[in-house]
Amino acid sequence: MRVKAETILPYSLLAPTLIFVTLLIVVPIAQAFLLAFQTPDGSFTLANFQKMANDTSFGDALKFTLLLLIFIVPMQVVLALIMALLIHTRFKGHTVFLYIYAIPLGISDLAAGIAWLSIFTERGYLNSILNQLGILDKPFLFLSYQNLPAMFGTIVVAESWRATAIVMTILLAGLQVIPRDYFEAADVFGATTLKRTLFVVLPLLRPSLQNALIIRTIFAFQTFAVVFALAGRVIPVLAGESYNWYVANRNPNIAAAYAVLVLIFTVAATWFYLRFLQTGAAEAGYD
Amino acid sequence: MGGAMPSSLTRRYILNRVALYGSAVLLALWTLAPLYLIALAAFSTRQATFRWPKPLLPTDFSTDTMQFFVNSRGVLNSVRNSVIVALLTIAGSLALGAPGGYALARFRFRGKEGISLGLLISKMFPTAILSIPLAVAFLQLNLYDSIWGVALVHIAMALPFVIIVTAGIFVGVPRDLEEAAQTLGCNRLQAFLRVVLPLALPGLAAAAIFTFVISWNEVFAATILTLRNRTLPAQVLSSLNDSPLYYRYAGGFFMIAPALIFIFLIRKYLLNLWGNISR
Repeated sequence: MRVKAETILPYSLLAPTLIFVTLLIVVPIAQAFLLAFQTPDGSFTLANFQKMANDTSFGDALKFTLLLLIFIVPMQVVLALIMALLIHTRFKGHTVFLYIYAIPLGISDLAAGIAWLSIFTERGYLNSILNQLGILDKPFLFLSYQNLPAMFGTIVVAESWRATAIVMTILLAGLQVIPRDYFEAADVFGATTLKRTLFVVLPLLRPSLQNALIIRTIFAFQTFAVVFALAGRVIPVLAGESYNWYVANRNPNIAAAYAVLVLIFTVAATWFYLRFLQTGAAEAGYD
Repeated sequence: MGGAMPSSLTRRYILNRVALYGSAVLLALWTLAPLYLIALAAFSTRQATFRWPKPLLPTDFSTDTMQFFVNSRGVLNSVRNSVIVALLTIAGSLALGAPGGYALARFRFRGKEGISLGLLISKMFPTAILSIPLAVAFLQLNLYDSIWGVALVHIAMALPFVIIVTAGIFVGVPRDLEEAAQTLGCNRLQAFLRVVLPLALPGLAAAAIFTFVISWNEVFAATILTLRNRTLPAQVLSSLNDSPLYYRYAGGFFMIAPALIFIFLIRKYLLNLWGNISR
């Protein structure tokens, strides 16, 4: 009898979570697919996806979502890697710097977008600095629909600034499980810091890099509030279109079609990283 | 080394240090500058928003902008809603998730790998694909435009994280102590409450703050699921297009300020919380 209670216990401890997750994650996802493939009166259709694809903003939303991903993710990884490697040397005062670098962890993309809005807006702080340095007479319009590359750049900067912190903690956690011997062995053989980073640290860090890439790519597909804060609707993105179709156009079916598209990209990107980086994780002896 | 002349080795060491601290400080400035500037913008007068060029020092410090924001229609209510939703999210996700985390940490059972994998996958789903069907369902269930509805979604979003984080915390509590308590006459529940819980408490507190941050910052679901009963991010997002710049600056600062405190409180757990949940 006692043995039996012990075998049931873990399941009963997990049961509330599993029920909750089923009701609020699994069922909604099934319903999202139903919404996306249904007419308002409930019959099967592909019209929502056709309407989505024919929408004037669709092409741009797709393009800008992918472009943001391509620009933001590498920038975050490079910045985060530098931060993590610096902190990992455990220089005097490194805990203070870790705290500072980690602050954006607690900041939403909406708030980050607004903080950078105060910098990039017409009479904002960047233009003020450039003016006081004598570089600019008149404000430069970073956030004008006539200057899309600059506008796009501000979003890349704001989102990189915010999410670098997440990548940094993942990489730093990964660095800490690499035995110190590896670093010291490289020192004995006279490796320079750069060589050591490229040939010793990076290969060992591959599992963490893979995780960071997966997580950041997934969330890059969901980027929207930072874009709204800086660019309004001038630069459309997939998640933002989903939001607009629901909130402004009151059309849950097309909103769901966009959501399904984001999910498909998410799954595809995860599969891609696992497929092409997984061998590295196995080689390094982790996982 | 040593002597009056610095050898090439010490010179290299000094250069190394300068480069190290130089880049560390540079990256710190990159992180801090936007925080300083949004604070500066939020604590200037409303007119100062349009001054050109803007001073970079707090020469016209004023609480005028912040007062305007706090007294704007719906703002105080949204702050209250945000705090309530975040507290409900902490309570709900810990009550549901901590037992699950304990189960994953302490038991071997059939289906464990499947459940862990399922949880890992469930935190990857886009917010949009959860919130849109839920908004439709909540309309029928009378949960639309209710902070309870938002809290339910936030709990669902936080649960996978909470389970994985709490599992890590419980693994860190030595099993021997728990078994010792049981041989000394405690039953499993007593051993948990008297031995495991006190040791796990700091970690659980950090997990609670982490959950607060998730909920406090969540904007997509909160905006989709409410109309009048906004949370703070939903309030700011939905009025982005028709609010003056100073309103947005104050709102941005208001959302950021707690982050400074919370990240400071859980600074020792940063790597465990954000670093290891990605495994």
